[in-house]
Amino acid sequence: MSQHPRETRHDVPCGFCGLLCDDLSVTIDHGRLSIDAGACPRATAGFDAANRALEAGVTPRIKGQPATLEQAISAAADLLRGARAPLFGGNGTELPGMRGVMDLADATGGTIDHMNSYSMFRNFHVLQNSGWVVTSLSEVRNRADLLVCFGTDIASRLPRFYERCLWVDDTLFGLRAEDREVVMLGAPKDPSLATSPAGRKAEVLACANQDLAQVAQALRALVAGRPVTGDTVAGIALADLARLAERLKAAKYGVVAWVTSDLDFDHAELAVQSACDLVRELNAHTRCNGLPLGGTDGDYTAHQVCTWQTGFTVRTRLSEGGPQHDPRAFDTDAVLASGAADALFWVSSFDPGKTPPVAKVPTVVIGHPAMQVECDVFIPVGVPGIDTAGHLFRTDSSVAVPMRQLRDVGLPSVADVTAGILAALGPARPSATRQEARAC
Amino acid sequence: MLIKLTGGKVIDPAHNVDGVARDIYIRDGRVVDAPEPGAKVDKEYDLRGKLVMAGAIDLHTHIGGGKVNIARAMLPEDHRPDLCAATDLERSGCGHAAPSTFTTGYRYAEMGYTAGFEPAMMPVNARQAHMEMGDTPIIDKGAYAMLGSDDLLLSLMKDGADQRVINDYVAWTITHSQAMGLKVVNPGGISAFKFNQRKLDLDEQAPFYGVTPRQILKTLAQALHDLGIPHPLHVHGCNLGVPGNVQTTLDSFAALDGLPAHFTHIQFHSYGTEGDRKFSSGAAHIAEMVNKHKNISVDVGQILFGQTVTASGDNMSQHRNAAHADPNKSVIMDIECDAGCGVVPFKYRDTNFVNALQWCIGLETFLLIDDPWRVYLTTDHPNGAPFTSYPHLIRLLMDRSFRNEQLARINTDAAGMSTLGALEREYTLYEIAIMTRAGPAKTLGLRDRGHLGVGAAADITVYTEDADREKMFAKPDYVFKDGTLVAREGKIVQVVWGNTHVVKPDYDASIEKIIEPHFRRFRTQRMGNFKISNDEMCECGHGSKLHVHDCTHGRKQ
Repeated sequence: MSQHPRETRHDVPCGFCGLLCDDLSVTIDHGRLSIDAGACPRATAGFDAANRALEAGVTPRIKGQPATLEQAISAAADLLRGARAPLFGGNGTELPGMRGVMDLADATGGTIDHMNSYSMFRNFHVLQNSGWVVTSLSEVRNRADLLVCFGTDIASRLPRFYERCLWVDDTLFGLRAEDREVVMLGAPKDPSLATSPAGRKAEVLACANQDLAQVAQALRALVAGRPVTGDTVAGIALADLARLAERLKAAKYGVVAWVTSDLDFDHAELAVQSACDLVRELNAHTRCNGLPLGGTDGDYTAHQVCTWQTGFTVRTRLSEGGPQHDPRAFDTDAVLASGAADALFWVSSFDPGKTPPVAKVPTVVIGHPAMQVECDVFIPVGVPGIDTAGHLFRTDSSVAVPMRQLRDVGLPSVADVTAGILAALGPARPSATRQEARAC
Repeated sequence: MLIKLTGGKVIDPAHNVDGVARDIYIRDGRVVDAPEPGAKVDKEYDLRGKLVMAGAIDLHTHIGGGKVNIARAMLPEDHRPDLCAATDLERSGCGHAAPSTFTTGYRYAEMGYTAGFEPAMMPVNARQAHMEMGDTPIIDKGAYAMLGSDDLLLSLMKDGADQRVINDYVAWTITHSQAMGLKVVNPGGISAFKFNQRKLDLDEQAPFYGVTPRQILKTLAQALHDLGIPHPLHVHGCNLGVPGNVQTTLDSFAALDGLPAHFTHIQFHSYGTEGDRKFSSGAAHIAEMVNKHKNISVDVGQILFGQTVTASGDNMSQHRNAAHADPNKSVIMDIECDAGCGVVPFKYRDTNFVNALQWCIGLETFLLIDDPWRVYLTTDHPNGAPFTSYPHLIRLLMDRSFRNEQLARINTDAAGMSTLGALEREYTLYEIAIMTRAGPAKTLGLRDRGHLGVGAAADITVYTEDADREKMFAKPDYVFKDGTLVAREGKIVQVVWGNTHVVKPDYDASIEKIIEPHFRRFRTQRMGNFKISNDEMCECGHGSKLHVHDCTHGRKQ
């Protein structure tokens, strides 16, 4: 917490994309933040939004009217107490906040989802269907000699990826930036983001992202030495693909990276599956790894916590008979459309723009202090890594980063609010019912 | 509050007590002396005719960290037949092979277990391991940090660093990852796999670094010894699961030059190459090694038939094993120049020759090792079987006729190749108490656990004796955790949050002049953000207490 009106902190972690860069220098001046080193467009936007919160004069609101935190917590508890099937959506929060949401969902028999599930499940379907061979950021930094970007430029989503993981000369095994090659498959937004420091451009083998599954399958066949007929695959010359297959086989540590939010079409999990199948095939010859990238608004954190606490990732209902997991039925939009929820509890503390979907049911929003939203109860909370401490999981899922509190402007954390609501809730289900429901 | 446990038959091997009826008094979570006559007893439990032991300790169980959560995430089909609803006391969750954290704590406690140790905590993933264990109620927890394929250790060894520098690095890692010990997994092999090597024998030079697994084993075992850490190096050796690896295991022992070590899930490292199928039991050789050398201990990693999931830091072996995945899926991961992991679901079948012989090899190992103080009861949960199968395993060890009935059902070729049917030994209750309580506590340096002497933590399990040992050990009458009654007749009656056990060996802080630049130059996390503070531990663990144990066990530099 900031004790001085003005100070500069170093090695500060930033929670606004899945890289969770932890090398920022940030100056805090009477609660106003500026990034001195390690800035990127996402960090800047996140810190700017947190600065705006200082001006907004934020206060909890009940049906649009200003209220105290205690009143708002009490109103939220009343709303949850009256609900038979609450939906806990959004879940843009850090670890203590997600634990708090889980506490509430378990007490009320709620359904848990995350605002990024539509994207994350493109990976989860593959994880549950076949698993995968994957790597993590530091391995990429030290070992990757060939990076294949699968339908993405990466840096539009994770701005410092190339700076931190590829264009590095100081590596464990002597690999230098200019020794590495980048090939983009599909329809990356801006291939120039992957131009090397010496000006070498990424090679692009262009096709529609919808055709990437087909392209990956052709590559896999080529790697395995199986015949592929025709002159082109999804518009890419077969000769170019054959050359890429040979380069992947010759690479010492190839990496195939994708960002599921860039694979935004129906059944994109099949594209991810095909990429993973290609990687597995390559491991019969050399080392090659997948690299699923993404991770905003605490999505990986929500996934991890929900998984270890219930056994299932998000889109899980904590029913009377135990957790029920259904990626389709418990999608936020599907639950709201079908009338299967009678209250919406929306948490979104990173980004004021991530407001809840329009819902006909009573809605509580635990939100970013600069958020503009109409709902029954609004409780502004601190921004993770700025106003509140806690942990976030990085895009490669193996590193949990300790986020710090950089200032204290009087905002509670999501965990503070959920704990208050839990305490105000009282016994949520009749105890006899719960005892009888015990299935194990 | 003074609690009296009256008249139970106490089995407390740490004090050479075997079935003596006596009273035990508990105050403030500890076993205390009998009070002055006339002192008010607040609560008395009449345990006449019942058996009283310390709470059981599982010193090798995969209950927290990235690979466990990957196993959970990839196996919804394994959870669905075993869902757990919330109750007034319990959180919802799921059981079987990769149970949810809450269910893990409840089920251990219901079985009379009061502590479990995660054996393969990658330092870079330590936060996650501690967070998951922090959401595991009732039982005490702790973890062994994993080194041996991390690029910093291998660089230091390549550059011929002094043993004292290695010791400082090991101590620093244990301290800042909040660990209780150190495990080595396929020494050098996880790194070699990243260089596309698929096997690394004991005397083979690791790619790039040129050091051998033999050197890594010796160096790390020496470090633990020099640092005075109670539990010696926890060794998962080379060539896991490979026929013929019994020789590797014997050679690995020899490589230690007399330094103490714990060889874990030894069953998976005890395979010979005899017979038509070139797969045979090496248990007799392993038992001979353990029987002869008092500074060696093992846990077995018994397999039991049925569906489970294997989760290991040994991604080199798991990539090989993925060919046998059932259901057919697996996750293989390289992680942060630190280590890796491999998660492969597995179904052990009694009709399968190899699986059936694995079952025999584990049991032979238990029965051929003379000293129960140096062989601990594990299934390497969930790799050999879920921990919930421990009562069944205890029955196999204690009841020869039951064991032989089971033996008659397995693959006949495997049964024919095993000496199991000829082994007459039946473990006694006293020996079971050693291998599940007193022994693990002793090797881990948990001075106030695993026994019932005055001053001990009141982690206590009470059984009704039953000839059916499986039934008896599945549902103890009472389980006390730090003096609180937490389970009764196999059901949770109160939820408490156990302690976390760590060691904080001394080191020269100037080691950070080596470690800090390594993080800054090669890793994607800063050293300061890697370190886990004591406060962070408590926040992650529902306020559970951090117990720091002394490091004065061995020779100290």
